[in-house]
Amino acid sequence: MSSNDGGSDGDGGRHGPTLRTLDERVEMTEEVHDTAAEIASIEAVPLPDDVDVTNRIVVEHLHIYYGDFLAVEDVNMIIEPKSVTAVIGPSGCGKSTFLRTLNRMHEVIVGARADGTVLLDGENLYDPRVDPVAVRRKVGMVFQRPNPFPTMSIYDNVLAGKRLNSKRLKKSEADGLVEQALRDSNLWEEVKDRLGGPGSGLSGGQQQRLCIARAIAVEPEVLLMDEPCSALDPISTLAIEELMKELRENFTIVIVTHNMQQAARVSDRTAFFSIEGAGKPGKLVEMDDTETIFSNPQRQATIDYVTGRFG
Amino acid sequence: MTATLDAPQQPGSLKSSSGVSKLGDKIFGGVSKGAGILILVVLAAVAAFLIAQAIPTFTGETDKPFPQYVGPLIFGTIWSAFLALVIATPLAVAVALFTSHYAPRRLAAPLGWFIDLLAAVPSVVYGLWGSGVFAPVLARSVYPWLEDNLGFIPLFKGPASTSGRTMMTVALVLAVMILPIITAISREVFLQTPRLHEEASLALGATRWEMIRQSVLPYGRSGVISGAMLGLGRALGETMAVAIILSPANIITFNTISNQNPNTIAANIALKFPESAGINVNRLIATGLVLFVLTFFVNAIARRIARAGFSGAEG
Amino acid sequence: MTATATRPPAAAAPAPSPLTSGRFTLVQRLAVVAGAILVGALTWIPSGAVNWAHWAVVSVVVYCAGTYVVSRIVEGRRHALDRLATAVVTSAFGVVLLPLISVVWTVVQRGWARMDADFFTTSMRGVVSEGGGAWHAIVGTLIITAITTVISVPFGLFTAVYLVEYGQGRLARSITAMVDVMTGIPSIVAGLFAYALFVLWQGPGARSGLSGAIALTVLMTPVVIRASEEMLRLVPNELREASYALGVPKWKTIVKVVLPTSIAGILTGITLAIARVIGETAPLLVTAGIAAETNLNPFSGRMATLPVFAYYQYAQPGVPPQNGLDRAWAAALTLMIIVAILFTGARVLARFLRPKGL
Repeated sequence: MSSNDGGSDGDGGRHGPTLRTLDERVEMTEEVHDTAAEIASIEAVPLPDDVDVTNRIVVEHLHIYYGDFLAVEDVNMIIEPKSVTAVIGPSGCGKSTFLRTLNRMHEVIVGARADGTVLLDGENLYDPRVDPVAVRRKVGMVFQRPNPFPTMSIYDNVLAGKRLNSKRLKKSEADGLVEQALRDSNLWEEVKDRLGGPGSGLSGGQQQRLCIARAIAVEPEVLLMDEPCSALDPISTLAIEELMKELRENFTIVIVTHNMQQAARVSDRTAFFSIEGAGKPGKLVEMDDTETIFSNPQRQATIDYVTGRFG
Repeated sequence: MTATLDAPQQPGSLKSSSGVSKLGDKIFGGVSKGAGILILVVLAAVAAFLIAQAIPTFTGETDKPFPQYVGPLIFGTIWSAFLALVIATPLAVAVALFTSHYAPRRLAAPLGWFIDLLAAVPSVVYGLWGSGVFAPVLARSVYPWLEDNLGFIPLFKGPASTSGRTMMTVALVLAVMILPIITAISREVFLQTPRLHEEASLALGATRWEMIRQSVLPYGRSGVISGAMLGLGRALGETMAVAIILSPANIITFNTISNQNPNTIAANIALKFPESAGINVNRLIATGLVLFVLTFFVNAIARRIARAGFSGAEG
Repeated sequence: MTATATRPPAAAAPAPSPLTSGRFTLVQRLAVVAGAILVGALTWIPSGAVNWAHWAVVSVVVYCAGTYVVSRIVEGRRHALDRLATAVVTSAFGVVLLPLISVVWTVVQRGWARMDADFFTTSMRGVVSEGGGAWHAIVGTLIITAITTVISVPFGLFTAVYLVEYGQGRLARSITAMVDVMTGIPSIVAGLFAYALFVLWQGPGARSGLSGAIALTVLMTPVVIRASEEMLRLVPNELREASYALGVPKWKTIVKVVLPTSIAGILTGITLAIARVIGETAPLLVTAGIAAETNLNPFSGRMATLPVFAYYQYAQPGVPPQNGLDRAWAAALTLMIIVAILFTGARVLARFLRPKGL
């Protein structure tokens, strides 16, 4: 904002070099307008007709609404099985909204709906005959703020989802499940001696891993993670990122993050969403291998975002 | 509404103005404090006067010993309130759930207001309605059926009253009267369930009912209990509905549909006081004291549960 | 971090659960409702006389059970339980509405008979069976309620001010605890206290309007305190601090900043408190008693009030009873109308006076 720093370079990185002259500021504003115009002009690229849908998530012509307001427009993408896909973009571009359509949590909000197709291993999640409750057992979710059930013990928390579906679990079965889920979330060693303690008595990072354990205990195919580390300290964040690399062997993971470095660290593919301006719908701007997105993106908007000039 | 304030003080007048404001503060603060202390005085006075008027009962001559007199009344008071609580609480929880989680959003506020209207109906009106409309309906349709089909249960031994002026009728009317309190408190607690926990349940693939069982009810349990205890306190002290509806007798029985029913302390006072004199008045006041102690303990328990519960739910 | 062994392939046996399942369609739901009503009707049709109670109870039970059974077949156990829960909760709401509607309907229907000018302008002086009215009771209610309000509002408001603005220590805690106790006093006990108090002054058997007002004050004050406390606490501290920072003394801050900001809520609370005590019968029964004539002197003598009047007309209607009953219901209707006006008035007041942004 205020210039006149006599030559100093400002704080590169996120905010770019400090601007010096009025001309540069004008140029910047024009670039922003250009980027916005570019986003506005993007037409969604339809998927090829012969996509092999086995095991994959295929999203076609997905439009997401809040009431009459179109929040996200015409998303087309393919998500490979047993991979980590990161969804990045500036605030308000619809990344979380998009994520929540993958397990039909979006429609929990009154008046919200989605039009289009989301194929999970060939089955359309949005087929009118499909039961949203069943969808959520196949597509699990971990939230931004850890939310273990406060009135349940750690043990009961892990089993919470499982108990909804199954008939009575034998104690030995249940014990085995709890241990496996907690091991798979790298939490077992830390809590194995206090499984009866309250879920809310753990640290933030531990609580989040408990929520992950709870989510994977029902053996979903897909795990959605909505900014899972944004409420955690850096050490816990690192622990969860390490965990994701292991989880990838068994689950397809889609993670929304506003932290580009995190996206670069953990994901195989990255989808960049953006928004032209307030009140306009968000769009999928570009999706590619993570390396490509961060080193050699195609769109100007993507370049601007990943270099920190815009958003 | 704009607040009016004094014009800023002139420099140099700090001393004098502070004197005036100190006086104002002293007077105002003193009056407020006095009002607070008056509360303590009033309560002490209530206890003192009641005890003073009750004591002659024990020093004087009455037709029967006090415990024998008040025993059936205590039984009737607790029994009627207990029945009312058992009937009202599940209904209240269901109605609260309906308002918080089932009804369309827009209807939630008017519905709540509608139920609160039940609380505003004066108890004498409930008495008139209970005696004039409800009791006959029950006597005609419900009590004979209960006696015929469930008569083996001591509660329904009968013979079924033809007027309907029974303990069961009273319990049902009391249930209607205390339901709004329990509903209001339960509704508040259910609405406060953190959205995060509700979404956690849904994301695990829970149906609405499963989400309620998993997230809403455990969270709201202490609130519901506290509301139920408050309702119980109200039922114990209810006078007019019981006085008008019940056909009383000096008896202890679990039979709820016959013509012989134990009376409650409050209704007994209401019925006998206007025409009583001398030591009988003292005796009635003594029973009132017993009632006061009873409701005091019930309310104290409610407060303890509310305090413990809410701090436990956090975290 | 230890590497996790890849889990054994999900036991090849169970096929992935189908996402689709049957749905409990609208047609099926209507069928269940219709069936329930029909089955319920069977309880009385053979006898020829309509039995509403049996019909209602059986229909509701069959509806809930039927919903569960059909849903279980079509959608499976979990959804069936969900549907059952919905059916039960909705039925409960309907069940609770019934007495409310019945009460209002009854009072209006039976009270209407005497909604005439006579009822509102004459007392029961010299009335043996027909005619008569509740003028003396209405006046009594107004006098006693007015005295009660005049005493308990300042009393309660100042106490609330003390608790919120001044009190910090043990005194404040004791007062709060005692206010809690006061909210739990049974109304008849409050009446007995007032009676005992006035026995000192006027001897045994004393009856007066003032005595009734004292009893009602004991009941109304804690309600006023609680409501006012809540409203005062809602006023953001920043407002108080802004006032202090301008050099305004504490008492003036309270009077000119805090109270005006919360006045809407306080007035609403007071109105609701009045609505509650105006219907109290028991305490007035033992203090003000009942009278047949108008008594304008609250300091001595029995004074009739609407609720007590309704009670006595119902309990001792005279001969033929219909006249007394009519008067009782009319008094009840009048009472309900007053309470309804106060109730709605409180809501309207709240909406109207609320300062923007609070």
